[in-house]
Amino acid sequence: MRKRTAKKIPASHDILLWICGTVLWTLFTPVQTVAADFTLANQCPPGFALDDSNQCRLRSLYQLYDSLQDQGLGGLKTALPSHRDGFSPQQIDLGRLLFFDPVLSGDKNLSCANCHNPELGFADGLARSVGANGQQHARSAPSLWNSAFLKRFFWDARSNSLEDQALGPLFSEIEMANTPEQLLANLHQVETYPALFAEAFPEDENPLVVDNIVAALTAFQTSLISLNSPYDRYAHGDSSALSARQLEGLNVFRSFVARCSQCHTPPLFTNQQVAVIGTPEPEGLPRDIGAQATFNAKRLRGGFKVPTLRNIAQTAPYMHSGRFATLREATEFYTKGRGHAVPEGEELLLHWHISEPNLSETELDRLVDFMGALSDESFKPSTPRRVPSGLLNGRPNFSIVELSGE
Amino acid sequence: MTRKIKLLAAILLFAGGWIIGSNNNTAPVITSSMGGASYAGGYQPDQQAAAMQSEGAVALRTEQGQVHIVENGDSIQAAVEAAQPGDTIQVMPGTYSETVYIDKDDIHLLGVIQEGKRATMDGLGKLNDAILYSGNNVVIENFRITKYKGNGIMGQAGNNFEIRNNVIVDTGIYGIFPQLGTNGLVEHNVVSGIEDAAIYIGMSDNIHVAYNEVFDSVAGIEIENSRHAIVEHNNAHNNTGGILAFVTPGLPIKTTEDVIIRNNFVLNNNTPNFGAPGSIVSGIPAGTGILVMAADDVIIEGNIISGNKTAGIIVNDHSFATTITMDVESDPNSDRTMILDNVMLNNGYDTIAEVKAVALTELHTGLVDIVHVGSSEGSCIVNRHRYRAVGIGGYGDCDFTNTDSIDNYLVAGGADRRVIHPSERGEIAYLGVCTGCHSYTGRLIGPSVQVIQAMYAGNPEGLVKYINAPVKVRDNFPPMPAQNYLDAETQLAVAEYMLALEK
Repeated sequence: MRKRTAKKIPASHDILLWICGTVLWTLFTPVQTVAADFTLANQCPPGFALDDSNQCRLRSLYQLYDSLQDQGLGGLKTALPSHRDGFSPQQIDLGRLLFFDPVLSGDKNLSCANCHNPELGFADGLARSVGANGQQHARSAPSLWNSAFLKRFFWDARSNSLEDQALGPLFSEIEMANTPEQLLANLHQVETYPALFAEAFPEDENPLVVDNIVAALTAFQTSLISLNSPYDRYAHGDSSALSARQLEGLNVFRSFVARCSQCHTPPLFTNQQVAVIGTPEPEGLPRDIGAQATFNAKRLRGGFKVPTLRNIAQTAPYMHSGRFATLREATEFYTKGRGHAVPEGEELLLHWHISEPNLSETELDRLVDFMGALSDESFKPSTPRRVPSGLLNGRPNFSIVELSGE
Repeated sequence: MTRKIKLLAAILLFAGGWIIGSNNNTAPVITSSMGGASYAGGYQPDQQAAAMQSEGAVALRTEQGQVHIVENGDSIQAAVEAAQPGDTIQVMPGTYSETVYIDKDDIHLLGVIQEGKRATMDGLGKLNDAILYSGNNVVIENFRITKYKGNGIMGQAGNNFEIRNNVIVDTGIYGIFPQLGTNGLVEHNVVSGIEDAAIYIGMSDNIHVAYNEVFDSVAGIEIENSRHAIVEHNNAHNNTGGILAFVTPGLPIKTTEDVIIRNNFVLNNNTPNFGAPGSIVSGIPAGTGILVMAADDVIIEGNIISGNKTAGIIVNDHSFATTITMDVESDPNSDRTMILDNVMLNNGYDTIAEVKAVALTELHTGLVDIVHVGSSEGSCIVNRHRYRAVGIGGYGDCDFTNTDSIDNYLVAGGADRRVIHPSERGEIAYLGVCTGCHSYTGRLIGPSVQVIQAMYAGNPEGLVKYINAPVKVRDNFPPMPAQNYLDAETQLAVAEYMLALEK
């Protein structure tokens, strides 16, 4: 029996992180105190250098390395894939305010952060997310960490840019349930937004437009960088950065028995391809055809974008429809037999790396240990204490219904 | 039954008449491969690299580091951990059951062979992989590797590697598998009994595979989603398929281009396919000599291809393979296949229905040296009259006859490392690492940069010393993790950068 338990978040260590994050962000947000007096940051978030044209440029130790065909895939000292940056500090900060502001949804109750909660790895702890009208989505909310490096968005890879992606949830009836007209009208009604948009997009005659809303959201998302995990320190040469168990897990992870790294390829821990792996759907739900619809290709039935594993420990439950409550269960899926969860009569062209690795219980434990070494939230932005609309989240961020174990 | 035989007889008669009629006993034009134009395509090394042409993929050491001797019963991994870049590890004959991983640069891991006795790595049917490396400039030689479940030798993004003189028997998925690396040499290895490919070059560039013996495996040598590779002087026999060059769709590197397969023995590759269900090679028909699938600019020259029962050379596209995924970014066709002179004997003597069907459309029966299925642009052949071939009507005549002008595609002296000026290193390290805990003003997790500047003004060396071995200074701050993994140049650069910060 699976049981649903309501869990109050944050726990004490999350509060600590939140405090750290808040302190951190306030340093880059010099003036932000009075409701009617929002001022945007003029410094880049941590990890970024401000260039001469007021654009924030990402800096990472991975920029010391190369990669084959500049694809950003490989092993330890391998460059990252190409990324989006070059937004101004003001655009990033405006994006942050918008991200947390429920004024973006049709009913003014739901912000981006409801489903992409920074305290929950920029996901929501739900198997399948719940939209503004209380409707449950067919899929789970993906983490936003390191989305600056991604080329395709949504589980089914149907979008090719962060800007295009943002339009999806904003105007989807089962997500934020807004319309472009309503969204613009609502933002214009907030006293400070026209000025903030003018500050962030000084070249534009008419800055408060949908294009700039999604541009600002994109700017903010590109600042969500997580590249300082224990794994990263190991990759850069600190042989003591991983525990013995994590190191053992790394060797299982990259071995050709488990083959995890063949698709969850370092340094991003995704190869950004679509894979059909045949995970079970939640009981009673039909097969989600996934990328078959995107590419109109039967061979991709049930295929989904390989997700990054960075900060994966923070984003339970797992898989596109949250079927697995824990990382251990999600890992175990891969060793229970090729196609073991594909129902009779369902034809899926399973990925060739879905094999029969016969991993031991210890190896599964070590894999989970290793994935824990991919956690780094040191650059987590702070949640604004108030947003320009003055709205509070109608559906509180932190009351989460979560699937627990068997 | 009788009716079927009559029909077949009619087809054969018709076919015979057509061949006699079209050839009309005219002697074909013979193109000599001695001398003549050489292949001019392929990889163009830069002139500086060409000037310092060397034989290997790893630059010769100007000075040798320490030599670590591993005696039978000792741990090879312990020696790897003790070794510094530039060191050599010599492993004495004996049996070693462990997984060795090399996550550092410039390590030479050498087995010592004494009167035929080798350092044997035995996975006991339990261990995953024998040797994993991710560092650059790694050399692995002279081991015997057996009974591992995963791979014998596996590289992940290491550049400039040499894997030679290893004997790999009955071990897991791949015998030798460098992946996502540039510039590698795989030579003089003997690999057998492998469930997938004995030697598998995956998503790699500038590769040389030579003088290897590969047998009793599903695939002998595979060049997959890789560019600028030469496969020469190998003996690929008694596999399911001998030598393969192809594109697997759904991988992040999308192309296979510029592969020269020359002067190999490709003999009797008729072993029943024992690949794992769902694996890419599980679709290879037993009796495949050389397979080209969706790879471009593949040259097949000077091979002795004999006794492969399905066909000597199969060239096809992705539509021929029904078990592989769809990838809009992957070009499914094999373009510019170039078949120069090869010796082809007794191939296709017991071929598969699919090849027979293609052959019948050209009224061809009997042996099949070459079969091409699917669309292809710019393919060519020399002395086409020699071969029992189907599907090559669209091939032109090659305007060259050999690849003599190309010795190898290795990058002499090793692939260049990215060179970052120290001033940029300082900024990268500060913003990439330090800003997680330090800001210019005010306390974050650690003290502010201003406080640090006050302590170390004019003393970047002192700051370097501290970040190498931090000690707890303030009671109410967490301890700082050591940054001693950064190289000395980067450490000094970041210290100077931090002390010079103005905001």
